[in-house]
Amino acid sequence: MILCKDLTVRFGDKRVLDRFSLQIPDRGVIALSGPSGCGKTTLLRILAGLQKPQGGTVEGAAPRETALLFQDDRLLPWRTVEQHLTDVLPKGCRDVVPGLLELAELTGEEKTRPAALSGGMGRRLALARCLALPARLYLLDEPFAGVDLPRALRILERLKALPAPVLLVSHEPNLLARADTVIELDGPPLQFRSHHV
Amino acid sequence: MGWIKPLKKLLYALPAPAFWLGVWQACACLVDRHVGGRGNELLLPYPVSVWNALVSMIGTGDFWAVVLASLGRIALGLGAGIVLGAMLALLTCASPWAERLLAPAIRVVRAAPVASFILLVLLWTGRNRVPAVISAMMVLPVVWDSLCRGIQSIDPKRLELARVYRFSRWKTLWLIGLPSLRPHILSALTNAAGLAWKSGVAAEVLCLPEPSLGQRIYYTKYYLDIPELFAWTAATVTLSMALERLLRTGLARWGRGWDG
Repeated sequence: MILCKDLTVRFGDKRVLDRFSLQIPDRGVIALSGPSGCGKTTLLRILAGLQKPQGGTVEGAAPRETALLFQDDRLLPWRTVEQHLTDVLPKGCRDVVPGLLELAELTGEEKTRPAALSGGMGRRLALARCLALPARLYLLDEPFAGVDLPRALRILERLKALPAPVLLVSHEPNLLARADTVIELDGPPLQFRSHHV
Repeated sequence: MGWIKPLKKLLYALPAPAFWLGVWQACACLVDRHVGGRGNELLLPYPVSVWNALVSMIGTGDFWAVVLASLGRIALGLGAGIVLGAMLALLTCASPWAERLLAPAIRVVRAAPVASFILLVLLWTGRNRVPAVISAMMVLPVVWDSLCRGIQSIDPKRLELARVYRFSRWKTLWLIGLPSLRPHILSALTNAAGLAWKSGVAAEVLCLPEPSLGQRIYYTKYYLDIPELFAWTAATVTLSMALERLLRTGLARWGRGWDG
């Protein structure tokens, strides 16, 4: 169990997180939903160690044990699809590349560079790269932006089988309906509106 | 029909040199008309006289020994200037103290007249080392400036990605730093190559290392052999352009396919 306790973040006078707490189970897809600017991305950035909270603690997953998919793809134009994955994978783990490509439905695009990928394919590559990183917690900020719904639903089902929990931000009702847990948020400051399992 | 493309390329590239050759020929004719006698050989030779001088030089082993000696010295200076400039750029961007310390010194080197440095280095190191040292000194500020601007313009989001995805320093440099710097490296290297030739040959003219292009250029002035002066200058320009083209081609290959 990963536990975020009393997280507090302020940007000047603006309170983005005010003693916010959250329990993350050991497995499954936990979807976070809420209006833009309510603090979801800030929460993910804290868990990834990119933002230091002014107060509160995270127990059960150090920043070095998380993998974050940024809201933008951040692909490297000079690396191929395959290289994006091998750049991140630990040494000696190249054999998982075909599985990751299959998960993201990018099989056959190994030698393609980002400029030749569509927006949705680029997003799926960014997702596959994030999943290539061994982690105790996957943090996915709008992983299916630009991905067609049937494909997004298929990939979501595969994410449920991962050995680590996936904390996912989405606004798509069809995706939220298939998540193991849905947490509706409001803010700022970030607060719970509802919680469905 | 594979010959059409090279022919088109040639037809596109030919008019400009042909125009300037025409201008040269016309000016030489005017000089011939007004001065007469040996006017053309002393002031402005005809292109064909220069061509004949160049052809007779190229056929000798001495010409290639001179070219290789100058090329070696200038390439050494260019390489040293690039390596030092890159290292100082990294240092400058890594530490504000290094920036405060290095920036004024490098700006002084860039602004000071090259002739002053040539004479100083001549006193300090002896004539054979001057061209390489001067080339390096002229190249260093160009590389430093271009790489400093390049490093400062690396997308911070990509550096954040490297942090989150736990890239080592070397991996970050190799996968993000160098490719991001490619346009700056390209501009720095091509400018530096031209500058290294100019300053290196100028140093050779003043210090006369044996054998060297600069020394031969100096002797043409001594013996008033103006067609040969033009021929040695043409050889220098050709070598400089060839080196620049070589660098450009190599770097263009490095970036092929990135844009789709």
